[in-house]
Amino acid sequence: MTQTALASTAHAAELKEGLPGIVADWSSDQRAFKNVPWGKAMMWIFLLSDTFIFGSFLISYMTVRMSTQAPWPNPSEVFALVIAGQSIPLILIAIMTFVLISSSGTMVLAVNYGYRKDRKMTVIFLILTAILGATFVGMQAFEWSKLILEEGVRPWGNPMGAAQFGAAFFMITGFHGTHVSIGVIFLIIVAIKVGRGDLDHQRPGFMTGRRGTYEIVETMGLYWHFVDLVWVFIFAVFYLW
Amino acid sequence: MAHAEGHAPTAGHSHAAPDKKHEVGQQHPLGIYFKIWGLLFVLSAASYAVDYFHVQGYLRWGLILVFMMLKAGLIVAVFMHMVWERLAMVYAILVPPLLLLVFVAIGAFEADYTFLTRGTFFGPPAQQAAPAAPKHK
Repeated sequence: MTQTALASTAHAAELKEGLPGIVADWSSDQRAFKNVPWGKAMMWIFLLSDTFIFGSFLISYMTVRMSTQAPWPNPSEVFALVIAGQSIPLILIAIMTFVLISSSGTMVLAVNYGYRKDRKMTVIFLILTAILGATFVGMQAFEWSKLILEEGVRPWGNPMGAAQFGAAFFMITGFHGTHVSIGVIFLIIVAIKVGRGDLDHQRPGFMTGRRGTYEIVETMGLYWHFVDLVWVFIFAVFYLW
Repeated sequence: MAHAEGHAPTAGHSHAAPDKKHEVGQQHPLGIYFKIWGLLFVLSAASYAVDYFHVQGYLRWGLILVFMMLKAGLIVAVFMHMVWERLAMVYAILVPPLLLLVFVAIGAFEADYTFLTRGTFFGPPAQQAAPAAPKHK
């Protein structure tokens, strides 16, 4: 428990920069990632592995879309919504994008207020982030039910064109939606921990003996921004192409 | 950074490490976050506009990819604090995903081949009959 605190700060002053810094960090004792709490480093490594999972999905989607002879359903029309009598292309997806970006913005504020130990503002912005995330999932549920019930899209086929459309769509957005849902749950957990002062009083967490610190808010933030990041790629290569 | 320690509720705590430790954390002025936030909105609106105004062809691909990379870069660099991390970590995280580009290339070759094969074996009958036609003539 106590040894984590000393390891990171001891040599902070004498760290080298640039290429020599990389060599020195990687060849040094104890830890390669200096000035970074271990939880954050591990979250980054998890996100790296997740990058490869989503990368595999998007590459499979590309392969499947390029290799099909049947015309691919036009996402611009498939995801259009009729608002006030006018069909606006892709509007739901655009709103979802803005909701998720906004949630990233509130998350970054939560992290910032967390490091200032402003408990109230941190909780407010964490909850706000969770609400925006839940809104996103709700809109995705709406999108799915519209596609399944009204347009008749199935993982094995659809009336609009290439049969692979449904499989790719449900797999990619489903996996992303799962990530958002898990993120919302964890945001609420972190908000509760901050709200009742667990981090201020350094109480250990439910499954760990380590003392709680405000770094977990930033680690949570990394996960949340990653979810936003993945959406940037899905938005570009699935919806806009 | 320094004043963040000043009003820390844990000030009464005898152990000095936690206070010192949160200097390690990422503390930056709020202004930069709001700027990036606004920029992300603008870029999202721009990529939506590409679809809304039916830009087609290479211009569409180019614009979408540029906006995508800019957004991704801004999120990773500022929101995820990558510009403020040490290079050892930055390279450990950002270099491996470049491998995905190799997979993209492999996938594209494979897809082209599959597309051709499908055209040859499962194509419409008219196309299949075409090579045979000169024989019957």
